[in-house]
Amino acid sequence: MTMDQAYSWLSATLRLSTPLIFACFAGLWSERAGVVDVGLEGKMLAGAFAGAAAASLTGDVRLGLLAAVAASLALSFAQAWAEIERGGDQIVCGMAVNMIGAGLTAFAGAALFGEGGRTPALTAGERVTPVVAGLDALTLAAFAAAALSAFALARTKLGLRVNAAGENPGALDAAGGSVRATRHIAVAIGGALCGLAGADLSLAQAAGFLPGMSAGKGFIALAALVFAKWRPGACLATCLLFGGLDAVAIRLPDAVVPGVGAVPVQALQALPYLLTVALLAGFVGRARPPAAAGQPYRRE
Amino acid sequence: MSAVSGAPALELVGVSKRYGGVAANRDISLSVARGEIHAIVGENGAGKSTLMSILGGLVRADSGAILIDGREARINSPRDAAALGVGMTRQHFQLVDTMSALDNILLGDEGGALLARGRARLRAKLSGIADETGLAIDLDARAGDLPLGARQRVEILKALARGARVLIFDEPTAVLTPDEASGLFRLMKSLAGKGASILFITHKLGEALGVADRVSVLRAGERVATFDAKGLSAETLAEAMVGQRPPPRAEKPSSAPGEILVEARGMRLRGADGRALLDDVSLSLRAGEIVGVAGVAGNGQSELLEVLAGLRRPNSGTLRVAGLDIDFTRFTPAAARALGVAHIPEDRLKQGVVAGFRADHNAMLGRQREARFGGRWLNPAAITRHCADLMARWDVRPASPGLAISSFSGGNQQKLVFAREIETDPRVLLVGQPTRGVDISAIDAIHRRLTALRGAGKAILLVSAELDEILALSDRALVMRGGRIVGERAPGAANARRDIGLMMAGAAEAAA
Amino acid sequence: MRPAPVFRALAAPLAALAATGFCALAVGENPFGVFAAMVSGALGGAEPLAFTLYYATDFIFTGLAVAVAYRAGLFNIGVEGQSLVAGAGLAMAVLAGGTLPAYAPLVAGVLAAGVFGAAWAAIPGWLQARRGSHVVITTIMFNFVASALLSWLLVDPLRAPGSMQPETRAFAPGARLWKLDDALSALGSPTTGTPLNASFLLALAAAAAVHIYVFRTRAGFEAGVQAANPSAAACAGVDATRVVVRAMALSGLLASGVAVNELLGAQNRLILDFPAGAGYVGIAVALMAGSRPMMVPLAALLFGFLAQGGAELGLDYPRISPQIVVAAQGFAVLVAGAALGSRRLA
Repeated sequence: MTMDQAYSWLSATLRLSTPLIFACFAGLWSERAGVVDVGLEGKMLAGAFAGAAAASLTGDVRLGLLAAVAASLALSFAQAWAEIERGGDQIVCGMAVNMIGAGLTAFAGAALFGEGGRTPALTAGERVTPVVAGLDALTLAAFAAAALSAFALARTKLGLRVNAAGENPGALDAAGGSVRATRHIAVAIGGALCGLAGADLSLAQAAGFLPGMSAGKGFIALAALVFAKWRPGACLATCLLFGGLDAVAIRLPDAVVPGVGAVPVQALQALPYLLTVALLAGFVGRARPPAAAGQPYRRE
Repeated sequence: MSAVSGAPALELVGVSKRYGGVAANRDISLSVARGEIHAIVGENGAGKSTLMSILGGLVRADSGAILIDGREARINSPRDAAALGVGMTRQHFQLVDTMSALDNILLGDEGGALLARGRARLRAKLSGIADETGLAIDLDARAGDLPLGARQRVEILKALARGARVLIFDEPTAVLTPDEASGLFRLMKSLAGKGASILFITHKLGEALGVADRVSVLRAGERVATFDAKGLSAETLAEAMVGQRPPPRAEKPSSAPGEILVEARGMRLRGADGRALLDDVSLSLRAGEIVGVAGVAGNGQSELLEVLAGLRRPNSGTLRVAGLDIDFTRFTPAAARALGVAHIPEDRLKQGVVAGFRADHNAMLGRQREARFGGRWLNPAAITRHCADLMARWDVRPASPGLAISSFSGGNQQKLVFAREIETDPRVLLVGQPTRGVDISAIDAIHRRLTALRGAGKAILLVSAELDEILALSDRALVMRGGRIVGERAPGAANARRDIGLMMAGAAEAAA
Repeated sequence: MRPAPVFRALAAPLAALAATGFCALAVGENPFGVFAAMVSGALGGAEPLAFTLYYATDFIFTGLAVAVAYRAGLFNIGVEGQSLVAGAGLAMAVLAGGTLPAYAPLVAGVLAAGVFGAAWAAIPGWLQARRGSHVVITTIMFNFVASALLSWLLVDPLRAPGSMQPETRAFAPGARLWKLDDALSALGSPTTGTPLNASFLLALAAAAAVHIYVFRTRAGFEAGVQAANPSAAACAGVDATRVVVRAMALSGLLASGVAVNELLGAQNRLILDFPAGAGYVGIAVALMAGSRPMMVPLAALLFGFLAQGGAELGLDYPRISPQIVVAAQGFAVLVAGAALGSRRLA
């Protein structure tokens, strides 16, 4: 590999990791508070569409980012209503969010722009563009969000309560904290981060929205979260790893691995999922989700 | 501390609480002075936990008043209790295992958005408390890694850090080693010496006598006596606790026990936390005898039943059933059944029935592999007939096999479980808490059935928290405590009730 | 899932309807006009009706797949991937048996689909029973692994020689399921031009078979006990591992019906992503049917109606994307999921 290739692979890795980092930390907030989130994909799509649509209609990328966050937040509120207020099944509701996200964005895209749900191609001023060393503001923001999340979860009152809500909500309740409020805040933070993940897809990686453009990235982020055993540092590293794999898959179709031979690109695509299953099954280490994840809280 | 001088730190006046038709607490009045350790003793079901829940704000009393420092207090939530200076240490600790001890104490009262300052302030406060009371723990250890005694100290520190002046301990030694327990007693005395008032709920008489200033006895929801601990004897206390009841009726015909059907030797079982649940348990059970297992709940009786029924695999020990050596790796509930071991679980409504299922399907539960139900293809008519048959013979009402089991009263559900297990003509019957949740008229019927089965040559192991039941039914009574069998008495022997009560309470190991 | 009261069963379809109506309003259309267009597009005539039943066929299979797992206390999110892998098995068997006498490749294809689907589903089941990895997460992951597997098969080993399309060569003429149109043309009636085929009858038979399994067999009984009360199941001598693996395998077997309907009934070759989300719709179908097998065809019909009605909307309302149906389904699932929880909390 030449220096140029290495550099271009590295910058591709950073770019492709960006939505994964946002979405993975979105899942981290939610699940550390005890709310399993399989709806990352749908919220990303909502963010991607709203971001591109607003940027295209207003010509202002900042309004696009704002709209991305707002749309994803709106979906996360619906999810929080069903899961926290109604105590609904978190898996079912998360899948519902995915369907709503996929359906509504395609519908709204077709209604607003025709063109099979696509937004018009965004021009330079409507996109997120590189600021330093070929990296755009969203990539930088993703790392900042990761660092801030790690800090907040470890060193703030909110983080303390989020962890308690996810591990032993009864203890939080007995100590006089509100499990409900804590979980709502965590899910909303997750919603906002998913919006940025989506915005990165349509405003930075592509110049506009395509129906279904998240293409399973929300689930890769979920896999990364599990693979990282719900720890912030490991989440960042896993997202970079999975983003790097993606960069390899894109750049080197049928990569040749020394000693193995040609590896089909699909094997690389399946690798994050296979690694995660292997980890879950205890073949590589052992992943332990937050103890109360997936359980609606009810006082005894 | 601002207090009306002279008024007790905590006073209960005429507190009553009913659940449905059952009075859990009846007109309970008692007071705890500043610096006093006040023990509350009573059997299971005497109303101790209800009283605790009322004080902790988890349950509201129907009537009566709670006074703190002489002023009437309304405690509607755990938060209210904490604000009023009432701190509680529950049997099941409410700690977040993945967090440090310090963060667990901090939780809920963090003192600012960033934890750094709150943590520093709390550390200082806790070191002050440590200086004053000697109560110190490793604040940076993960709560989940701490031994149970230390976890309990975290809970106590949490209460103290929030300024609790009245501390309530609910069965605090249930999970502690003897060393940890004596450490706790020293701490309680030191806290009381500093002016804290302590309410100490226990069923272990020895502990109450050893640490308390006064002891109140609850029986059937009522406070029956309050004693000065000084000079009080365990016998007096035991008598007040269990009451002066008529001796068990001797309507049991004599029966000559036959061959040994169950023989366990040196069985040991460790829990997930490494604690010994069964500790070198050996027993034998003969045809035609009822062996009672007495003990306070949680001392290994449930685990003993589970091991014998094939539900849990012991870590070591041997078991022979009906003359066959048991290979524990293959001893499943199905295998136990095949050997003629029937099991009536303690919590029948949870382990014995499937709430949403029809009565006849529940009547088949555990027997579903028998050919008479059709084998792989179930025969609905046979299933319904079988259930109707059981219902008729056991007087289960309504006699509707197609009705969901949850539509039956608790007593009738229980009858159906009994009928299901007994009517298969087992050789060995394992029964847990046979009359728990059963109304009085049914109790008698169940007792008569068990006696009749004994007469028919069945070997019966009876686990019960009701001493009366053990005394009335068994030929021999074993007593379990801390996973061990600590003694055996013939129910007819002189002072059997008192001796067994003392062994249960751990007040007189020597009596064994 | 316990049988839900009527209003709960209706809450989900009402949510779907309301969502569609609001979307119509948002683009300035009359919701009732839109509903009417959907009804006529899905039910108005032989062709729309046949399409509706064709879509419903997939949803019956996936709804039954989700329901049979749920009846054992398992949440199988992986029906989509199980259908895909079943399709790969089907295609390999049919293509390998190309030269055999007429019906042999067809039978081999159906059997291979079942075996592949069941095996792919049994792996997460076994992993949960023996290795403690939760079936929800592993089946989600397996969906993506299946998708990658299929895309590799179709760009490399199974791709038709000389073709640039990621699809296999067409199946032999014998490996084709009997279609409604075959019967109509034999009778001399006008044909519908739809792929509605014998799989629909197979799906109805599967619903009856699952009903018998759930309510009339010992294995179904034991699965029900395990789902409703694991500690009572342990006391009753139920082997949890066997229950879990069997339920997942059955679920995957039912998922293979999608491959049969799509590949042997409609496409006559293996193509990418042929379930097109039917596996996820199965979750909604099962929820709405309260996991009662005989209710699944009814719920599936409703979703078939939505799919066909939505697809036809574009003719009258070019601004309303057929994808609106996916959103409508999503709202139905959200409401059903929320109700599932409140029932549990009650």
